[in-house]
Amino acid sequence: MTVNTKGFHMENVSVGYNGKPLIRDIALDIRPGEILTLIGPNGSGKSTILKSITRQLKLIKGNVMFDGENLGELSFKELSSRMAVMLTERLKPELMTCYDIVATGRYPYTGKLGFLTAKDERMVEEAMEAVNATEVGHCDFSAISDGQRQRVMLARAICQDPDVMILDEPTSFLDIKHKLDLLHILRRMTREKGITVVMSLHEIDLAQKISDKIVCVKGETIFRYGEPDDIFNEETIQTLYDMDKGYFDTTFGSIELPGPVGEPETLVLSSSGRGIAVYRQLQRICVPFTAAVVYTNDLDYELARIMAADVITEKPFEEISDDTFNRVKSAVENCSSIVIPGVDIGSCNRRMNEIIKLAEDSGKVKTIDQIIAERK
Amino acid sequence: MNEDFKSANIRRRARYTVVFIVLAIAFIVITILNINIGNVHIPVNRILGVLFTGQGLEDDVNIIWTIRMPRILMAAVLGGALSLAGFLLQTFFNNPIAGPFVLGISSGAKMVVALTMIVFASNLSYASSYVLITAAFIGALISTGFILLVSRRINHMATLLVAGIMIGYICSAVTDFIVNFAQDSDIVNLHGWTQGSFSGTSWSNFWVALVFCGVAIVLTLMMSKPIGAFQLGEAYAQSMGVNIKFFKVALIVLSSALSGCVTAFAGPISFVGIAVPFLVKQGLGTSRPIIVIPGVLFGGAVFVMFCDLIARTMFAPVELSISTVTSMFGAPIVIFMMIRKQKRGI
Repeated sequence: MTVNTKGFHMENVSVGYNGKPLIRDIALDIRPGEILTLIGPNGSGKSTILKSITRQLKLIKGNVMFDGENLGELSFKELSSRMAVMLTERLKPELMTCYDIVATGRYPYTGKLGFLTAKDERMVEEAMEAVNATEVGHCDFSAISDGQRQRVMLARAICQDPDVMILDEPTSFLDIKHKLDLLHILRRMTREKGITVVMSLHEIDLAQKISDKIVCVKGETIFRYGEPDDIFNEETIQTLYDMDKGYFDTTFGSIELPGPVGEPETLVLSSSGRGIAVYRQLQRICVPFTAAVVYTNDLDYELARIMAADVITEKPFEEISDDTFNRVKSAVENCSSIVIPGVDIGSCNRRMNEIIKLAEDSGKVKTIDQIIAERK
Repeated sequence: MNEDFKSANIRRRARYTVVFIVLAIAFIVITILNINIGNVHIPVNRILGVLFTGQGLEDDVNIIWTIRMPRILMAAVLGGALSLAGFLLQTFFNNPIAGPFVLGISSGAKMVVALTMIVFASNLSYASSYVLITAAFIGALISTGFILLVSRRINHMATLLVAGIMIGYICSAVTDFIVNFAQDSDIVNLHGWTQGSFSGTSWSNFWVALVFCGVAIVLTLMMSKPIGAFQLGEAYAQSMGVNIKFFKVALIVLSSALSGCVTAFAGPISFVGIAVPFLVKQGLGTSRPIIVIPGVLFGGAVFVMFCDLIARTMFAPVELSISTVTSMFGAPIVIFMMIRKQKRGI
């Protein structure tokens, strides 16, 4: 095995304030062009780790290595041509256009008095094009929207021509469109220029989708570290954020509020994702419900298992067993209303015909609108 | 799209040029007016004759070369230095209302200078300009040190200013206390000086001030690149390769040296350090140090020369203190700044 000196490497690092370690035993390995994302609850030390990497804070123990160099031993000037940052604090510069802000990224390369050369100007222009900020170039930085501002700051980091970018919560303050834009640009930068990105994100759903590696920061040590597929299971996310209510759905990466609890009042008969809208509506009016008959490979299953008070399931492509049938039957008897948003019936689940007949005979079938109206 | 950043950049360069031409014209006009007006009126053609050919009436030559010229040039140098000190402090504290006067730095310099003057006047009956500058520099550093201590604990714009004003009051109180124990002859001298004035400037004082401020100004210009980085905040400046610790010390020493030098020669002068950088930045439409620093020097020179002209001539033969005039023009500008800031909600 060869020792890979390319990329970002931390081993046995401790970080903290005033010589007191906050997080110990940090070990990370990032190859060039990868995105590593720190996730974790507020105040868990994500920023502390990032600030220690950028040398705003002194490392308490260990070294941060990049391409075989110890970042702690470089001068700030040397460091600045390798690493660009984007911080959470909001800039309030006076009388500076967006062009001026982006141009500050060229600082490590300009001469004594900081005048831009033709090459610098070209790089500033390219960076602004890369983030679609050319049209705001002449605007005062304090007069543009948050989304534009973050893009301009990203352009600034890009034209610093770094090998590594450190971004502390780059998507805060942004609406969903701008979040996606920003992350998309980052992804492209890493692929095209081989820039390594280390950032923190609050949006775990986005973190799951953009990152090559995930670090879960919690407590005194790194709680989990690995590829998104290994990290994003319900248990890890719930423990990381101490969630006892609400769920992170790992299949879709969506965040769900906890379902209504209590004795099921309504029975929902559905398949192929048709139940999802009804589940959410019942959740909104706090009516506990039973979901049936849900095949465990059905779209409805993913949400039903999180939100339903009771789920009557069947294994994929099996016929509905007697046992399952009896459970549905007793659910029909015990519930006060039944909603049938739609069921596809084929040869495997042909007993659904019987179940729907049973439901209709009970006289409890209602539309979801009726149930909502009754609640009001 | 009616404008892109390229044409905007060209337009901004044109704007810088216009502003500097206006400042240069203002500088020349004010200089000539300053020589022109006074107890003895000297017509412009005679001024030009004396200045450029060295010939003219003996009285004219005397008045121009021994009285008016050193005073005018001193006002220009110290006005520029004071405004630059203001600009540096505003950058350092990231606070547009910071300045040598409101932060109590001028008063600190005044206190130590007064103390030195009395000690020297009673012992040696002479205090050289070097001693005064050193004393003022030390006084300025002491005040700045206090402000830094406060700002380390609470970095809030209003708190910082209140602390500065309090330090100013304490230093003034100590100065008054010292003056009470001074001998009669010292008091007259000291009293005029603590009010601030350019009267009685000699060529030798001017040269000392010029060299001292000149060095500080050149050093500041050489630091204009990191100053620009620092405008984005400490963390960003460091990520751009600025050695923050060294830079902050340098900034404090330079701003103390500049405001100390001004105080040593002209006494405390109010509001110039806030009003001039504000006006110059607005006029230039940029805060980029390499452009703003020369602008602030020029603007400060013009502003203080103009104020000195008024101080000297408005109620002649009674001379107003320079601070009276600078406050009259400067204070409304500062109030305007605060209102505008409030409106913008920055």
